[in-house]
Amino acid sequence: MGTVAVQGLRKSFGKVQALDGVTLDVPDGSFFVVLGPSGAGKTTTLRAIAGLEKLDAGSVHLDGKDATGDTPAARDLAMVFQSYALYPRLTAYENIASPLRARHRSSSEIAAAVEKMSNLLHIERLLQRRPAQMSGGEMQRVALARALVRQPRAFLMDEPLTNLDLKLRVEMRTELTRIHRSLGGTFIYVTNDQVEALSMADQVAVIKEGQVQQVGTPTEVYERPANKWVAGFVGSPSISLLACHAEGDRLVGADGWTLPRPRWTTAEDGRPLLLGLRAEDLSVERRGDASLSGELYGLEPLGDRTLVDVQIGSEIVKVKARPTVTGTPGERLQVTVDLDRAHLFDAGTGLALSEAGR
Amino acid sequence: MAVSVDEAVSPGPVRDRRPPRRRSGGRGRVVIEVAVLAVLAAVMLFPVLWMIETSIKENRDVYAIPAKFFDFTVTLDHFKDVFVDSGGGPTTLSGSFLNSVIVAGVSTVLATVLGVPAAWAYSRFSVKAKKDQLFFILSTRFMPPVVVVIPIFLMYRQVGLFDTKLGLILIYTAFNVPFTIWMMKGFVDEVPAEYEDAAMLDGYTRLQAFWKFTLPLLLPGIAATAVFALIFSWNEFVFAIFLTSSDAVRTAPPAIAGLIGGTTVDWGLVAAASIVFALPVLVFSYLVRKHLVAGVTLGAVRR
Repeated sequence: MGTVAVQGLRKSFGKVQALDGVTLDVPDGSFFVVLGPSGAGKTTTLRAIAGLEKLDAGSVHLDGKDATGDTPAARDLAMVFQSYALYPRLTAYENIASPLRARHRSSSEIAAAVEKMSNLLHIERLLQRRPAQMSGGEMQRVALARALVRQPRAFLMDEPLTNLDLKLRVEMRTELTRIHRSLGGTFIYVTNDQVEALSMADQVAVIKEGQVQQVGTPTEVYERPANKWVAGFVGSPSISLLACHAEGDRLVGADGWTLPRPRWTTAEDGRPLLLGLRAEDLSVERRGDASLSGELYGLEPLGDRTLVDVQIGSEIVKVKARPTVTGTPGERLQVTVDLDRAHLFDAGTGLALSEAGR
Repeated sequence: MAVSVDEAVSPGPVRDRRPPRRRSGGRGRVVIEVAVLAVLAAVMLFPVLWMIETSIKENRDVYAIPAKFFDFTVTLDHFKDVFVDSGGGPTTLSGSFLNSVIVAGVSTVLATVLGVPAAWAYSRFSVKAKKDQLFFILSTRFMPPVVVVIPIFLMYRQVGLFDTKLGLILIYTAFNVPFTIWMMKGFVDEVPAEYEDAAMLDGYTRLQAFWKFTLPLLLPGIAATAVFALIFSWNEFVFAIFLTSSDAVRTAPPAIAGLIGGTTVDWGLVAAASIVFALPVLVFSYLVRKHLVAGVTLGAVRR
């Protein structure tokens, strides 16, 4: 068992409201990612679950039992810290053994568990070293091993890959997914990297300024963002948002462009809307019924693809194109829109319009 | 990145044992530098040198005019006189040294035992009006002892602490706790709180986490702080002379001062007693010199 449920968490540091009513339901055995920009309250949420942060309000339930007042030790959780927090005077072996020693396990049991973990994470040769004698990536693996050596209710991970270089980060991403599959258990993983979130998670909770914006599978969060902020935060390059309103069977842009009104739109005429278009749902190479005309603003070659910046009225729209695309800034071009994959948000509230028809 | 406190607080130059590279200017400049430094050192250290000489001269050489720098008879009689009286028993001066050891030692231990946990608490927990509390604690050190000694003398007489070792121990502890809190708070701040967080998730209580994981990292800081406290208590003169009256309680500083003032002054004995008095501080400072520098320059070094 390993369900974690938090309800209405509130916490302020001085004048800063770090958590403003966070409610999350983490199912047993899931890889649950909390995603948000820095300062959104992700780490505070995790620390609240761990019992390291005193809450102003709210409750934490572990396996259905209220654990709000419990000490960190009593909660039976394991955590990987962003800074790894390996004990500097202990060897890797002793660091990994620490959670078992705290629980008075026998030395033979400890030796077996540490060996199993060092095999799983390929750190056998590091066991007698101290943290100061390890690289960042090695410390990261030891920190993981220390968390994984027990079978706690849940594993909490606070941006564990942030301090690694890009190549190691990609490698560890795969590794963590593999570990989750082989060990099972509930993982709660905090990150500000949407690629990590989308690639590893069963469930993603997007959080901003201490409030949960959306909870769903990576696909749901990407394909059906609950509001314009989630749409803008998840996905790279960022979604392009164009001001418009509906008029009969057309969408009319603030800059004068028109597009056929998507079949699924329910908005009444004249209501201010935002049309959200992702770079991959736009094209400067294909032709279609729905298109916008604009001027080439610039090209961003990224190797496997090129981003074409197109100025439409006063807005810049990013379009994904093949790496072979060419053009000179200022030249007129047509941007074809895949309206079935476009998003509409209320310009006032920022909420996504009901998409019952999709 | 995780770093040990040793690394965290030791500024580079302390560890760097290579000789510094000569600056430009050539040999002439070096000679002048050495000469100036030698003269300065001689001037500064002359009283110490003279004290050492006096302590090992026979009495007739001590009072010889003109003063003898080199050709005197060496004797250790004065050192013997510090501890053993003419009848063969221990001197009152040796009792004063013992009093100093007890008073300075106990007050340092007390200040450390009380101050280190307080510093940890101020560093780790959110306390109401923390800055004001810390300022209040510091403010108790603003006044020099001589300002408060009369009221304390009167209070001590009332409660029966006058002319007791306990009285001196308490007043020295009271003076050293604020210092310990302030100095140790700097050291605790340097140790990431996440070690304790990690230990608590491992299954330890908060106090166990402090005891097992933070305290060992604080030991260099505790050593440095304790030496400072020890030096204060050991050297303290004003409280010691006002709050004691009997030889059984008196500590070394007023006892040595008391040697001067009769019709004749046994300078050889004064010098020998002073050297015996200065030695422990020198030895302790030497033992923890690396951490003293680290403690003093804490925060001054960019990492």
